[in-house]
Amino acid sequence: MISIQHISKSYKDVQAVRDISFEVQKGELFGLIGPDGAGKTTLMRILMTLLIQDEGKATMNGFDVIKDYKKIRNIVGYMPGRFSLYQDLTVEENLNFFATVFKTTVSENYDLIRDIYIQIEPFKNRLAGKLSGGMKQKLALSCALIHKPEILVLDEPTTGVDAVSRKEFWEMLKKLQEKGITILVSTPYMDEATLCNRVALMQKGKVLNIDTPRKLVENYSRKLYAIKSKEMHRLILDLRSYDKTDTAYAFGEYLHVTGKNDEVEASEFENFLLKKNHTKLQVFDNEPGIEDVFMDLMQE
Amino acid sequence: MKTLFYVLQKEFIQVKRNKVMLRMIIMIPIMQMLVLVFAATYDLKNVNVFLVDQDLSSTSRKLASKIDASPFFTINNTSFNPEDGENEILNNRDDMVLVIPKGFERNLMREDKASLQLLVNAIDGQSAQIGYSYAASVIGGFNKNIIADWKGLPEFKPPYQINTVSRFWYNSELEYKWYMAPGVLALLVTLIGLNLSSTSLVKEKEDGTIEQLNVTPIRKIQFLAGKLIPFIVIALFDLSFGLFLARMVFNLPIVGNLGLVFGFGVLYLIGILGLGLFISTVADTQQQVMFVTFFFMMIFILMSGIFTPVESMPQWAQTIDQINPVYHFMRVLRMVVLKGSHFGDLIHEFVALCILGVTFLTLALKRYRKTA
Repeated sequence: MISIQHISKSYKDVQAVRDISFEVQKGELFGLIGPDGAGKTTLMRILMTLLIQDEGKATMNGFDVIKDYKKIRNIVGYMPGRFSLYQDLTVEENLNFFATVFKTTVSENYDLIRDIYIQIEPFKNRLAGKLSGGMKQKLALSCALIHKPEILVLDEPTTGVDAVSRKEFWEMLKKLQEKGITILVSTPYMDEATLCNRVALMQKGKVLNIDTPRKLVENYSRKLYAIKSKEMHRLILDLRSYDKTDTAYAFGEYLHVTGKNDEVEASEFENFLLKKNHTKLQVFDNEPGIEDVFMDLMQE
Repeated sequence: MKTLFYVLQKEFIQVKRNKVMLRMIIMIPIMQMLVLVFAATYDLKNVNVFLVDQDLSSTSRKLASKIDASPFFTINNTSFNPEDGENEILNNRDDMVLVIPKGFERNLMREDKASLQLLVNAIDGQSAQIGYSYAASVIGGFNKNIIADWKGLPEFKPPYQINTVSRFWYNSELEYKWYMAPGVLALLVTLIGLNLSSTSLVKEKEDGTIEQLNVTPIRKIQFLAGKLIPFIVIALFDLSFGLFLARMVFNLPIVGNLGLVFGFGVLYLIGILGLGLFISTVADTQQQVMFVTFFFMMIFILMSGIFTPVESMPQWAQTIDQINPVYHFMRVLRMVVLKGSHFGDLIHEFVALCILGVTFLTLALKRYRKTA
């Protein structure tokens, strides 16, 4: 459905995207995961025909992003990272306006947006600028869907949205996927990666790895320990100074720590830390998550 | 067509919701017509004169009262010391010092000639010149009769004299407001049109809405037409409102054809709005846009001939003025409103405005791309 071949793009002296290639299958929910500045937005803007790549070729449903940009605009729905609807128009006016510029009507495709729109319908006469973050996001999604697109491209849709709304939003995406829409979504939140069919881990304009979230975790072969003590800050400094430590990162209330090799035992960390007078110490084996995979990939 | 209709509807709703903009659309014509037209006048009404009469003769008093009797001059202060007068000019309290030296009358009688000194504050060159020539003509009139008067002879009449009778066409009373009003109207339309069009496109950039719009199949021409038409309507409304005010408040005679005024208005606005759109395709923020539009407006307006006649500008400036749309439109307004010119008299302006309009609009269309 989406095919990306050797795409590169530079702005003046920053190379935003370097030689990226991957495919997204029809009906797939595909995630672009990576920190700010990884090149996710640039890649999406190229696919949305808003930017022209320096090198490479990309097609959306077989349409070339440069040659057939007009056709692409008819079959793709886009939700930019920033709220980009008219703040001085009401919810209903925004929806009607976007329906008309796509030469359709709200009633024609109401089926598709009903589940989402029904939640904001009580506020349909409110100005879009006066909506809460979660509602703005639902309105933006409704507007992106109003012309019944085959592909939906969402740039960090859950950034700055509360945890409950985020969960709801992903449920909506799942439902849209069931209706046969191919979805490309980017997010800086690792926990959302597990909700995608496949993810591409991106950093500094490059794709580090592409796979299902499960395979990514399974392929992570290293031994991982979770460590906690009373003084977390001193703990991380001490661990990083220890010659048998490879990496030590804070994850929630624990530190996730790997040894230089997999022979380093939990007891070795424990003894070292006890010598450093750490109290209330806990050290145990930990199951790796997608974050650990990403941190590990970033190292290389 | 349906898309264009909705785009227009959207623009009008946005204008309607923008309370500040709405107020400006109503207030600008009122303020400009009622304040600017009255205030920006060259009619010199009140020149304060400082009199230094060191002669204190009957002739000098007669001269002084003649000056004071003129509607243009008021003798504000007197002294025997010319330096006091100079101080008054320095402090901006008086505009002119008239010094009548000691022995003025005696010299006039004995030697048939005498001198006066006139010191004029020329900070404002124009009013200084006009004030000086008024004073000179008062003194000249006095001069003509003084000797005959004094000697008790009948009024002196030279054997031959060229008598000039002048008549001011198209504005016989030299009513300054009638001259200013069409000029201010042109300013008004420019201000509204350029500001509205240049800020509206860049606002879509700032709000990010252009990004959402660019991924829709909306056509460039539809989008730009949606930006042009509402502002043409608003600016034409202000033009008619301004004309109405001028007619009611200062009885501006509208000699020519109103259709011609509005026809040229539309043509002119297409050019001005095209320029506004072009500026906003180049700029990224409203602040940048305001800077650039201000730059253009200053040059256009100061060179348009609203305050100073274009004919007295240097030749190169007059040549440059050919690309100044305000200059052409102001000429059209003055010619049609005051003189009743027909389309045939305005071919030059018509061609110039067409060329400028097409150029600005093409630039805007070329520069606005849906992809970065």
